[in-house]
Amino acid sequence: MKVNAALIGSGNIGTDLMYKALRSDWINPVWMVGIDPESDGLAKAREAGLKTTHEGVDGLLPHIEEDSIQMAFDATSAYVHAENSRKLNERGVLVIDLTPAAIGPYCVPVVNLKEHVGKKEMNVNMVSCGGQATIPMVAAVSRVQPVEYGEIVATVASLSAGPGTRKNIDEFTRTTASGVEKVGGAARGKAIIILNPADPPLIMRDTVHCLTETRPDEEAIRESVASMIAEVQKYVPGYRLVNGPVFDGNRVSMFMQVEGLGDYLPKYAGNLDIMTAAALRTAELFGEEIANGTISLSAAGA
Amino acid sequence: MHDMCLRDGMHAMRHQISLEQMVALATALDEAGVPLIEVTHGDGLGGASVNYGFPAESDEAYLRAVIPHMKNARISALLLPGIGTVEHLRMALDCGVHTIRVATHCTEADVSEQHITLARKLEMDTVGFLMMAHMLDAPSILAQARLMESYGANCIYCTDSAGYMLPDEVAEKLSVLRDGLKPETELGFHGHHNMAMGVANSLAAVDAGADRIDGSVAGLGAGAGNTPLEVFAAVLDRMGAVTGVDVFKLMDVGEDIVVPMMHQMVRIDRDSLILGYAGVYSSFLLHAKRAGEKHGVPSSKILVELGKRKTIGGQEDMIEDVALDLLKRQRKAAGSSA
Repeated sequence: MKVNAALIGSGNIGTDLMYKALRSDWINPVWMVGIDPESDGLAKAREAGLKTTHEGVDGLLPHIEEDSIQMAFDATSAYVHAENSRKLNERGVLVIDLTPAAIGPYCVPVVNLKEHVGKKEMNVNMVSCGGQATIPMVAAVSRVQPVEYGEIVATVASLSAGPGTRKNIDEFTRTTASGVEKVGGAARGKAIIILNPADPPLIMRDTVHCLTETRPDEEAIRESVASMIAEVQKYVPGYRLVNGPVFDGNRVSMFMQVEGLGDYLPKYAGNLDIMTAAALRTAELFGEEIANGTISLSAAGA
Repeated sequence: MHDMCLRDGMHAMRHQISLEQMVALATALDEAGVPLIEVTHGDGLGGASVNYGFPAESDEAYLRAVIPHMKNARISALLLPGIGTVEHLRMALDCGVHTIRVATHCTEADVSEQHITLARKLEMDTVGFLMMAHMLDAPSILAQARLMESYGANCIYCTDSAGYMLPDEVAEKLSVLRDGLKPETELGFHGHHNMAMGVANSLAAVDAGADRIDGSVAGLGAGAGNTPLEVFAAVLDRMGAVTGVDVFKLMDVGEDIVVPMMHQMVRIDRDSLILGYAGVYSSFLLHAKRAGEKHGVPSSKILVELGKRKTIGGQEDMIEDVALDLLKRQRKAAGSSA
């Protein structure tokens, strides 16, 4: 049995996520919520047979019970997320946060999703696109040996960075650096983002540098990186290692490329893809557990 | 005149300038009458990283060491959104920084809104710094400059990060900015000497209405260095301009302080000429030389490939990546010919 879900936010991320969710074995997207009646995302959602509202989360709330909505993806903005989440949690809806608000714990599916499902979290945050692309690599090294410092450089095509990212670029660097520490397992984290306007647009590139406390165990790290990549490829097939791991003293560097599926934005926008795919993967694992009766959601405070 | 030795020069020194060297050089520039001196990691506040290089000291340590010694000169700091954040900006202000320069690639001005708005609110001298300006036509640069102006920048820079521009292009871009921006908004030009155009380009910029010119004494900067400031000052002197800068003292600073501290001569060698010729970000120079040595690939080829891939400022991570790609290609070619 699929779990009914609502998509909050009808921009690039929400729309891309809708196409992915429509193919899911565990998630059934029922509603898309926007604030602009003219938005392309809402039109696309109607075409796909979803119910829509342009009155924000308040337009959805009266329908939660009758449509048995158990999960919601929030792809709006950090400013409104807390309020959206509160209203949804109150009604027993689990919220997967794709904004940089990060009021819930960070979730990078291949690293710590099972932990969150076990704890029955009601709000999990997807860090950032750069975080989803790089934290698995930091974790691949840190599960072999202690990482004293993890640094990531995410380069995305200018066309794939929307106004939200641009206005809040500091939130990207802050949230991603913190995810590199908390989920990636580096003692200290740093994140850098570059927007490149080249035409044709470049496919998302990510560089990951780890400084290990002791001399890196090259063989174990190569193996760990390869198996981590295979795990990520289960939900992002276009995730690949272009070069590396390069070993230079205690430095371990991986050069990644993330090509998207091209569901809504073109394939170069791997940054959007890895975010939406990770969010869906997260929802699916929760959904699987709900369907199996292993966990059940309850209204906050109830 | 705005000196870059202690920021752009950090690239040429692999970010290894000591606190004593910083203080000695800044003090001498101040005594020579240079009104504004930049002090930051080469890649701006928060640039300390594997990607760009870890500096000998933190930005904060440099700023706190230098600022109390300044009699007349003011200190500026550079900030690249995506690398540095508003926390760095607040730290710089707390250290006594007078001018903040918020730098973005020339097409991406809208990522500077948070930082420019805050700097202006904090009543700092706030500069919008449009890098790699050779990659964009004049009307489009103006549109980006207007964004920065609308966020609160009181000065806009046209920045020739690759040392690619020739004087006609500088004149055209500065004129379009002068005509299109508010009359009270100042203009600046930042050159690199990769094609030996630093002084000529700076003169063209002044002619077209630039109020501020960046340079560095003895050219200590990325690539073949910045516009050599003592040369530019001497030229202005000969032209009868009153600059307030003592040309002879500036020459002494170059000869007695800057040149002796250089790790290698900052000059137009083959690689830095390629930067200018192919339009590649000047700070890539030493990173490319290092990656070339490590992986056995000519640095000149790495730089040309970086130009082809339209890399922009900040993408230092692509240098080793490109070197590894070229190495694969070399091995393939060697394998197929064997």
